[in-house]
Amino acid sequence: MEREYAKNAKNAKNVKKEKRVLTGVHFMQGNYAVVEGALAAGCDFFAGYPITPANEISEGMSKRLPGVGGIFLQGEDELCSINAVAGASLAGAKAMTATASAGYDYFQEGLEYGVAVEAPMVIVDVQRCRGENFATQADIMQVRWGPAGDHEMIVLAPSSVQELFDFTVRAFNLAEEYRTPVIVLSETTIALMRERLVIPGEDEIPVVNRKWTSKTPDDYLPFQADPWGVPEFAGLGRGYHTIYSINPHDEKGSIEWDPDAFERLYTRIPAKVAKHREKISTVQRYRLDDAKVALVAWGSEARPCLDAMEVLRERGKKVGVMKLDVPWPFPEEAVSELGRLMDLVVTVEMNVGKYAGEIERACNGRCRTARVTKNRGMIHSPEEILEALGSLEEVR
Amino acid sequence: MAIDPQPDLRINPLRKYVREDRMPHFFCPGCGCGQVLSSFLRGVDALGLDIDRMTAVAGVGCTARIPVYIKMDTLHGVHGRTLAWATGIRLHSPETKVVVFAGDGDAVSIGGNHFIHAARRNLDVLMIVVNNFNFAMTGGQVAPMTPAGSVTMTTPYGSGEPPFDLCALAVAAGATYVARTATPHIARMDQAIKKGLEHSGFGVVEVLSQCPTHFGRYALGSGSPEKLLDWIDGICVPKNRADSMTPEELEGKLVTGEFVHRSRPVFRGSTFIDESTFINESDVAEDNAAGKGECRS
Repeated sequence: MEREYAKNAKNAKNVKKEKRVLTGVHFMQGNYAVVEGALAAGCDFFAGYPITPANEISEGMSKRLPGVGGIFLQGEDELCSINAVAGASLAGAKAMTATASAGYDYFQEGLEYGVAVEAPMVIVDVQRCRGENFATQADIMQVRWGPAGDHEMIVLAPSSVQELFDFTVRAFNLAEEYRTPVIVLSETTIALMRERLVIPGEDEIPVVNRKWTSKTPDDYLPFQADPWGVPEFAGLGRGYHTIYSINPHDEKGSIEWDPDAFERLYTRIPAKVAKHREKISTVQRYRLDDAKVALVAWGSEARPCLDAMEVLRERGKKVGVMKLDVPWPFPEEAVSELGRLMDLVVTVEMNVGKYAGEIERACNGRCRTARVTKNRGMIHSPEEILEALGSLEEVR
Repeated sequence: MAIDPQPDLRINPLRKYVREDRMPHFFCPGCGCGQVLSSFLRGVDALGLDIDRMTAVAGVGCTARIPVYIKMDTLHGVHGRTLAWATGIRLHSPETKVVVFAGDGDAVSIGGNHFIHAARRNLDVLMIVVNNFNFAMTGGQVAPMTPAGSVTMTTPYGSGEPPFDLCALAVAAGATYVARTATPHIARMDQAIKKGLEHSGFGVVEVLSQCPTHFGRYALGSGSPEKLLDWIDGICVPKNRADSMTPEELEGKLVTGEFVHRSRPVFRGSTFIDESTFINESDVAEDNAAGKGECRS
């Protein structure tokens, strides 16, 4: 299904004083790659509250945004930042905020609102250990289930500086396309790492804008979904008299106490994402064609998995890697297929074992499963993964 | 068909602003929120403001339901974050006039941090705080402006919480228009809200208002709106009279009137840019042609 997107009138108004897209080859820190990705995607509003290891995102935004006609706000707290992003988004902005794990706790309220009123928002969570800036992947369940109420979160998990750029662009596009908050789940590992980054030409970067309504206020129903599942957008201060309420509402936006209206709304909101899951939740397959053992990882843990795979392949073991670009919505079909084709599926993650439960559920007993987990403030080394696999008969 | 040139005098002229399909409203009989709604609409009408270009922001509570009955863009339903939303809207869209409707709990209990920072920044919004002295929608619990000693649902033996002076707080934090008014004094309430609507910068209008259902019954022993209006009238002291009264004489009273009305630059974002430092588009093109593409990290 293809969609047409109306031009974002607000963006057209911005006077370009500095280059928005820094086309070229760079050696760049991950947090700055997020900044450049956001700008390339058309971000024109950023609000953030200081927290390590996400500070360079705020700092980069404060330096870059004013020059391209955008607004930078340092909120008095995370509650201000996330809700200012929601307000700006409803006024028509492409808006983003960024934080690290402890700050992400505060975002749940704003995310709940963003889901409810279908505000496109991009949220970056640089995962860190509780109270310390060491590496972890422990927020994987919070980013799925954090806010109250029924929802389907879109969570992108980059594994490199290049992907921090690419996935941030994609996060904006998905947020606009589905009118929902989208999370870029970064990690201390990649956020503070410097790597080669290639920024393509402005014309080569796909930019999606939300579908602005062409209807008159009399004909417009703010929460009536099109066949894609997403309502058209009108924006504040344009005479459409819309109530953007977190409360249950009908297609008109009126606060509604009818159980049928509840059901329509609470079914449609998760479904607009869930029904496009196969398109959204992309995976990368490495040497899986003839493999009997699959390592499954998301985010930076995909890197040592690939190294371990190469070592095992040299030893003649038929091992492949599935890297999940988008842990949520869960790539049900791809993981389920692994369960059908593999003898053994191993989840590798940097926490006490969270996402592994989802992988094992999708494999559904059709193959053996195992977990390689670690939460010691550091990423797995390939040797650690090899050592853990050494005890499994399929790999031995 | 002939068009009647005479307006139908049986219909309130402010009805054109009201969402008729949402009637009847859900305010309790005798609640002050309807009076504040009317007063706001009278201000908009008198000033000839284009309500299509305005946005109302409301959180959670009885007061937060006021804009739900008005034909205007409205954000609603997260407790205490009204000014955070308003900040985002106002910064991105300076052509949209923003009015916040908040109860006392929304404004300075859960939203207190945003309140002082909006005042510090001189965020260009008008905040109408309906102070009914308690958390009313949740059933009448103690709030930051509940008079000391009051019996509420969570202070059954009398409140040990000293109340805020919201206007003094707003002035101290940097608000540029601050007034306190009350529902028994409709003409003065109209005047304060109208002035707030005209003001550029952070404006706070605190309206002392009656909650017969909860605060009246629990704290004052009467669910009668008339008795509450009398009580509110009794604790109000106009500012010009209060100026010559001693602190002892002002004990238990609330001063009404205008506390500050001044001009200060409004908030436009956390950082400015010196436009002379902008990269000239033609220079960029030349740099690119010469292979000097900018690289920053």
